[in-house]
Amino acid sequence: MTQEFEFDDEIVELRSMVREFCAEFSPEALVREHMESELGYDPALWRRLGTDIGVLGLAVPEAYDGDGVGLVAQAVVVDELGAALVCGPVLGTLALAMPTLVALADEDAKRELLPSLCSGEHVATLVAPLATGVLDERAVTIEATENDGWRLTGEVAQVPDGAAADTLLVLARTSDGLALFAVAGDADGLTRTALTTLDLTRRQAAVSFAATPAQLLASGTEAVGAVERAALVASVLLAVESVGGAQRMLDVTVAHVSTRKQFGQPVGAFQAVKHRCANLLIAVETARSAAYHGVWALQDGTDDPQLAAGLAKAAASESYQAVSAGAIQLHGGLGFTWEGSPHLYFKRASTNGLTLGTATQHLDRVAALTLDAVSA
Amino acid sequence: MTPSPTTTPDAELVEATARRVVAEHPPTSTPLPELMGAWYDAGLTWVHFPVGLGGLEASRALQPLANRVMREAGGPEPRTVNTIGYGIVAGTIRRYADREFAARRLRPLATGEEKWCQLFSEPGAGSDLAGLATRAVRDGDGWRVNGQKVWNSLAHLSRWAILLARTDPDVPKHKGLTYFVVDMQSPGITVRPLRQITGRAAFNEVFLDDVFIPDSQRFGEVGEGWIVANSTLGDERTSLGDRVAARGSGVIADALALWAAHPERHDPVLRDRLVRLWVRAETQRLTGDRARVAASKGVAGAESAIIKLLNSELAQAVYEFCLELLGPEGTLIDTYSLDAPDDESGPTAIQRKYLRSRATTLEGGTSEIMRNVIGERFLKLPQELRADKGIAWKDIPR
Ligand SMILES: Cc1cc2nc3c(=O)[nH]c(=O)nc-3n(C[C@H](O)[C@H](O)[C@H](O)COP(=O)(O)OP(=O)(O)OC[C@H]3O[C@@H](n4cnc5c(N)ncnc54)[C@H](O)[C@@H]3O)c2cc1C
Repeated sequence: MTQEFEFDDEIVELRSMVREFCAEFSPEALVREHMESELGYDPALWRRLGTDIGVLGLAVPEAYDGDGVGLVAQAVVVDELGAALVCGPVLGTLALAMPTLVALADEDAKRELLPSLCSGEHVATLVAPLATGVLDERAVTIEATENDGWRLTGEVAQVPDGAAADTLLVLARTSDGLALFAVAGDADGLTRTALTTLDLTRRQAAVSFAATPAQLLASGTEAVGAVERAALVASVLLAVESVGGAQRMLDVTVAHVSTRKQFGQPVGAFQAVKHRCANLLIAVETARSAAYHGVWALQDGTDDPQLAAGLAKAAASESYQAVSAGAIQLHGGLGFTWEGSPHLYFKRASTNGLTLGTATQHLDRVAALTLDAVSA
Repeated sequence: MTPSPTTTPDAELVEATARRVVAEHPPTSTPLPELMGAWYDAGLTWVHFPVGLGGLEASRALQPLANRVMREAGGPEPRTVNTIGYGIVAGTIRRYADREFAARRLRPLATGEEKWCQLFSEPGAGSDLAGLATRAVRDGDGWRVNGQKVWNSLAHLSRWAILLARTDPDVPKHKGLTYFVVDMQSPGITVRPLRQITGRAAFNEVFLDDVFIPDSQRFGEVGEGWIVANSTLGDERTSLGDRVAARGSGVIADALALWAAHPERHDPVLRDRLVRLWVRAETQRLTGDRARVAASKGVAGAESAIIKLLNSELAQAVYEFCLELLGPEGTLIDTYSLDAPDDESGPTAIQRKYLRSRATTLEGGTSEIMRNVIGERFLKLPQELRADKGIAWKDIPR
C-alpha cells in the first residue's frame, strides 16, 4: 500500500495512458458532437474505456471482473475523464451504481451485474435521494409491493444517466422499511423522459415507475449502508473530477493570457491578470489535496469518511467554480462564446457544485463534525 | 510500491536515535545548549544534512518525526532555539560553505549559542531586494563594507549575519551582488532596535561602517550573490510556510480553542466563518503533506511559495476572526512596553498574535511579490515590463 499522496509508477502510467486516450478519442470536437447528440454520449467509446483500456472496474474486486486495484486508481481515471469532459455515465455508473453494488452482500447479483458494467457493455445508475450529498431516508418516495414478484411505483424528477441506464438500482419503501431493487431499462411500466441539462455533457432523466417489475437486492441496513457508501465514493470521485477540470481550465487560461497581446504586451504580464492566475493555481492545488485526501481516506480508512468526503466535495466544488469562472473572465469575449472551451467547464463546475450536495451543505456537515463536536 | 516513510529503516533509525537522546538528556532538566548539542551530535537537527554536520543523510520528510519526539519529551520546538539560523541560514551554509566553516559554525548555531540574523533589506531595497546599495569593495584578502540595512530580525541578539552587498555597480542589478557572512562583533557595525506594532523591538536597523570581511567568508562567486540569496529565500519561504503538521494545529488551534471557550458568543454567521477557516487550514495542511511527499520523490513544485502565501493570509484571517469572537475584550492589550511579553504569550496573547499577524504577508516576500513569483516562475507567465531591466545598477533612476 502506498502512503497518502504517493502516486506509484503504475498510477502515473495509468494517468498518462488515459490522458492520451482522451486526447485521441475524445477531443473537444467529439465532446461537442456527443453532447449535442440525442443520447448524450457514445456507447462505443464507453465500451472502449471498459474493454480496450480497461479503466472502469479499477475499484471493483477481481471476482466480478474488476481489477481490484483500488479507489485511488479509479479516481485518477475520473480526474482525466473530467479534464477532457468525456461524455458518458461517469456519475450514474462509475460513481454511484458500481460502488453500491460492490457494497452489497448478494454474490449472485454482483456476479450478474458488475462484469458488464466493468466492461462498459452496460451502464447503470442509482435512484436514491442524495441531493444533499447524504442519503435522506425520509425522501424515499418509490413504493415497493410484493405481488407476483416485487413491483415499484412512483416518480423521481432527476436521475443522473437515467435515460441511458440498462439497469436502475432503486431505493424504495417496502412495508418493512427501505430496500434496494434492480430494474431493467426495458421493464414494463418504466417511463424515462430525457431532460435538457445545463451541462449537456452530463445527462439526466425524469423516471417513473408504474407497477414496474423489480429484483430485490438488499433490504434494511444493508441496502441503506450500500447507498451511503456509494454517496461517499461518488462525492470524492466528483471532487477529483472537479480537480481534473479545474486543472485543464487553468492550463488553457495560462496559455491564453501568455499569448494574447494588448497594450503591446501579453495580458498575462499585467499583475491583475497574473495574480488572478496565481489565485487559480492555489485554488486548484488546495482542492487537489482535499480531493485526494478524501480518496485515500475511503480507500485505506485513514480518516473519518464523512469528514474527508465533505471536505473534498466542498473544497473541490468551490475551486472548480472559481477557476472556470476565472477562465471566462481571463479569456475576455472569447470566454463568453459557444466556440470557446470555458463555458463547457463552467457548466460542469456549476453542475458538480449542485450535485450530491452543495458546498454549503457539505461545509455545514464538516462544521458539525469539527466545531460542534468540540463545543459540545 | 514504496514503503511509507514512517516505516522505513531510516524512520526507525531517526525515531530510535531521537528517543535515545531525550532519554540520556531529559529535555525538562538539561540546559538548552547541552540538550541541543546532543541533538546535533546525534544528527537530528537537520536529518537530511551530512553526518557530522547535524544530520543523518536521511529524507527531509523525517524531520517532523524527530521533532515530535523532542516535543513529547517536553523539549522545545527546535527551530525556536535560533529562528533565523535554523530556518534560513543553515541550508545556505550546507550548500555554500566549505566543510571546515560549516563544521565550526553549525553546532553553535544548532545549540543557540550563536544566533544568526539576515542583513538583506535596506531602506531603498525591500521587495526590490536586488536593487540594494550596500557596497563591498576589495581590500587585501577581504572586503570593506559600507551601507545601511533595515528590518533585521534579532540582529541585536546575533553573533553572526548573512549579508548581501553590491560588489559591481556597473552591471545590471542582479549581476553585481555578492553574498557574505559577517561576524556581528566586527568593528564598524552598529545595531539600533526598531519598535514594532506590538511595542516590542524584535527587528533593527544595522549600520555598516568600513566593516572588514575576510574573503573566506564569501559564499558563492563574486557577482553571484543573487543566486545564493535565492536559495536562502527559498529556505525562508519553506520555514515560514511549512510548520503545521497535525489536523487542527497551528493558528487554527487558537480559533478552535476560543470557539470552545465562548459558547455564549456562537452564532451561525461566526460558525460559517470558522468552518471556512478550518477548511482553509486543513486543505493547506494537506497541501503541505502532499508537497513533502513530492519533495521526497524529487518532484519540486510551486508548493513552498504557495504554502508561504496561504499560511500568511490564513494567519491574518484567523486572528481577525478571533478578535471578533473576543468582542469588547479584543479592544484591550496588556501592555505596549518595550519589554512586553513576546509575540505569542501573555494574558492578551490573541491580541498580540493579531497584531503580529500583519507581518506575515510582508516578511520573506510580500503577498504581492509571492503572487508574482507563483505567476512567473511556476505558471511561466510573461514578466511584467521592468523599468530597470538591462540597465547598469548605477544608472537606475532613484
Ligand atoms: C516582522 C518583519 C521581519 C523582517 N525580518 C527581516 C530580516 O530579518 N532581514 C531582512 O533583510 N528583512 C527583513 N524584513 C523585511 C522584509 O523582507 C521586507 O519588509 C519586505 O520584503 C517588503 O519590503 P519593504 O518593506 O521595503 O516594502 P516595499 O517593497 O516598499 O513594498 C510596499 C508595498 O508595495 C508592494 N510592491 C512592491 N513591489 C511590488 C511589485 N513589483 N508588484 C506589486 N506590488 C509591489 C508590496 O507588496 C507592498 O505592499 C522583515 C520584515 C518584517 C515585517
